[in-house]
Amino acid sequence: MSTLPNAVSNTIVRLPDQATATIPKKNYITAEHGLLSWLLTGDHKRIAMLYLISITVFFFIGGAFAGMIRLELLTPQPDLVSSDTYNKFFTMHGIIMVFLFLVPSVPATIGNFLIPIMLGARDLAFPKINLLSWYLYLVGGALTLAALVLGGVDTGWTFTTPLSTHYLNTHVITAGMAIFVAGFSSIFTGLNFIVTIHRMRAPGMTWFRMPLFVWSHYAASILMVLGTPVLAITLVLVVLERTVNIGVFDPTKGGDPLLFQHLFWFYSHPAVYIMILPGMGVISEVISTFSRKRVFGYTAVAFSSVAIALFGFFVWAHHMFIMGVSNYSALVFSLLTMLVAVPSAIKIFNWAFTLQKGSITFETPMLYAFGFMGLFTIGGLTGVFLGSLGMDIHLTETYFIVAHFHFVMVGGMLMAFLAGVHFWWPKMTGRMYPESLSKLAAVTTFIGFNLTFLPQFILGYLGMPRRYHAYPAEFQVLNVLSTAGATVLGIGYMLPLLYLGWSLKYGEIAGDNPWQATGLEWQIQSPPLTENFVEIPIVDYEAYDYEWLEKKQKEQVTTVG
Amino acid sequence: MPHETAVHEEHAHVFVPQHRHHFETEEQQREAGSFGMWLFLLTEIMFFGGLFFAYLLYRNWYYPAFAVASVQLSVRLGAFNTVMLISSGFFMALGVWAAEVRKRELLVWMLVLTTFFGCVFLGVKYVEYKEKWEHHHIPGASFSVAEFVNPAAYGIDEKPLMPDMAKHTEIFFFLYFAMTGMHALHMIIGIVLLGWLTWRAHRGEFSAGYVAPIENFGLYWHFVDIVWLFLFPLLYLINRHLVH
Repeated sequence: MSTLPNAVSNTIVRLPDQATATIPKKNYITAEHGLLSWLLTGDHKRIAMLYLISITVFFFIGGAFAGMIRLELLTPQPDLVSSDTYNKFFTMHGIIMVFLFLVPSVPATIGNFLIPIMLGARDLAFPKINLLSWYLYLVGGALTLAALVLGGVDTGWTFTTPLSTHYLNTHVITAGMAIFVAGFSSIFTGLNFIVTIHRMRAPGMTWFRMPLFVWSHYAASILMVLGTPVLAITLVLVVLERTVNIGVFDPTKGGDPLLFQHLFWFYSHPAVYIMILPGMGVISEVISTFSRKRVFGYTAVAFSSVAIALFGFFVWAHHMFIMGVSNYSALVFSLLTMLVAVPSAIKIFNWAFTLQKGSITFETPMLYAFGFMGLFTIGGLTGVFLGSLGMDIHLTETYFIVAHFHFVMVGGMLMAFLAGVHFWWPKMTGRMYPESLSKLAAVTTFIGFNLTFLPQFILGYLGMPRRYHAYPAEFQVLNVLSTAGATVLGIGYMLPLLYLGWSLKYGEIAGDNPWQATGLEWQIQSPPLTENFVEIPIVDYEAYDYEWLEKKQKEQVTTVG
Repeated sequence: MPHETAVHEEHAHVFVPQHRHHFETEEQQREAGSFGMWLFLLTEIMFFGGLFFAYLLYRNWYYPAFAVASVQLSVRLGAFNTVMLISSGFFMALGVWAAEVRKRELLVWMLVLTTFFGCVFLGVKYVEYKEKWEHHHIPGASFSVAEFVNPAAYGIDEKPLMPDMAKHTEIFFFLYFAMTGMHALHMIIGIVLLGWLTWRAHRGEFSAGYVAPIENFGLYWHFVDIVWLFLFPLLYLINRHLVH
């Protein structure tokens, strides 16, 4: 082990001596060979890696559509594509990014990999259902690509009726079925997590000794399990309306288009918390590790995850303020929306207090975490603006909304995902990524992101509508800035793809615990054995117990010496 | 969904052969399976819940249309079906007991009877659906409000509805088909699973102490039964009255 004491170096990374270190011969990757051993695996770690590859593919497809959108918006005139084609761009971008990237991003990759290990278990409760989840994801993805190839969908990812049911002839049914199937992928992942967390914790691992990463996934899983079925039935109704014309959303038959919106947003609002909560779990782990300090107010952070999940079910109509809901309804939902911001804010405060008086270092995961804290706060605060009725009347359906959700989802969630991928990359692969290059990518992403989306707040405030491929000429400068930013952002996202791939062969050997972090996953080899633990651990210490870790490391040194 | 078995050993030991090795104990495996099934049923409640919400809304808005349309359903067939499902559930419960006391043949017969009553239910539903088609009560292009606007001409002893309210009977029928259709789909899935479980029960897989798939399937089957117990009064019994 390198012997530089912490006080002198500006990094907490401790790698084994590279001259003699090797990847452990027996690990989950080398355990079996052949394509079928991966395609028919029950090992949660292998499934996590399969998911990682799949969601990366869809991320770049969704990103390509974003590129097309920004390209069109370089000029005020609609000169690149027709309006119908432009509608397809933002619809496919939304569907792919929301359902095929953000929803599974952390849970299906990092969550699948780590939850059993963090709990001291050998696998999730239902390995076969875990594999089924991945195949359902692929089928959903394939159907989405089919809808794309057959000509695309142009309803917006929100499928608003009666446009989607009565006024368009695009492949709404295919897209609807795609999301229906992908939704069950999500439900089964959540179901697996809940049962595992309840029933498979190692001896001594009480609820309040679990890492906060697990709490976040528990809360997100509750949302997945309770909310996604409502989306499923809503899509069934849209398909029935389009095929058989049953009249459920058709005013001429007495149906109500607003019913669709209530049902759709009943899932899709909790969905945003499904997307962000796992990211918040990552941030808890990263901030603690790179401040060498237990998370401040563990109980508050744990309960705030559950509170977000609970309150998140009661605010859906804030997506419908201008749709003809009654004033009283809008008032109640506006009030509840203010409340739902509170648990998220609690987390930000607790992370800030974790940083205070911590020994902070700035490795790549921590850079992404800092980015998250700033950008998610801005995004979240603008959400509060939007929850206020008077402001929402003006800001809704403008670029202000677009900027708001990109701040929380890209500035927030995507940064958290990248933080997590970098943080646990050594554990999953046994190798370190190149630190200088990754820092460059992180900073590039941050700069690109702000350049892309800060102008959009101004554009929205000034009144530029969303989902339009033309705009008044006075908005061009801001749009050009935004497109320039998108280019930088794209470069920032390409870099990890390249250097993470490179690191699989040429990265430094990481060893068990390169970050000197607490948590059960860092007490086992990198990459882990298929069965995770040689012996199931008995847990008699709290989470983020850096004193315990120090004691253990001292013991290791003395016994080896 | 019931568990699939692991590769099981050739001879029955004291320890149940279908132990999945990521569980520490058989008890943990059983509890996890049961918890998983209850959680899955919770998702099913949310799934059906969307349709129940739509029903709540439209019944509130179009009560006269719903009342008259509901009377057109055959309460006899609906009640008979209810008895079929309850019987099916009864035999399923006996099947769970038979598995627990390790009576292989009894278990197989109970599963067969469960399947039988489930199939009778589906047969009756087919008869009902066919009748709806003949009366032009299937929503969509073929739907006709003639029987509701002018019931006397069809020999129906009901008050006629105003045309604009009569239009809304299509919403009632869409809900009827969507809710009972979704229910029937779940029953079909259940019957397929029953076939598979009956085959495995016949081979003795569930009479040596390993009863989890039977128990968990029982939970699913009873859930499907309970959904029907809500559907029947909500769809068939809205405004039943004595015919004078």
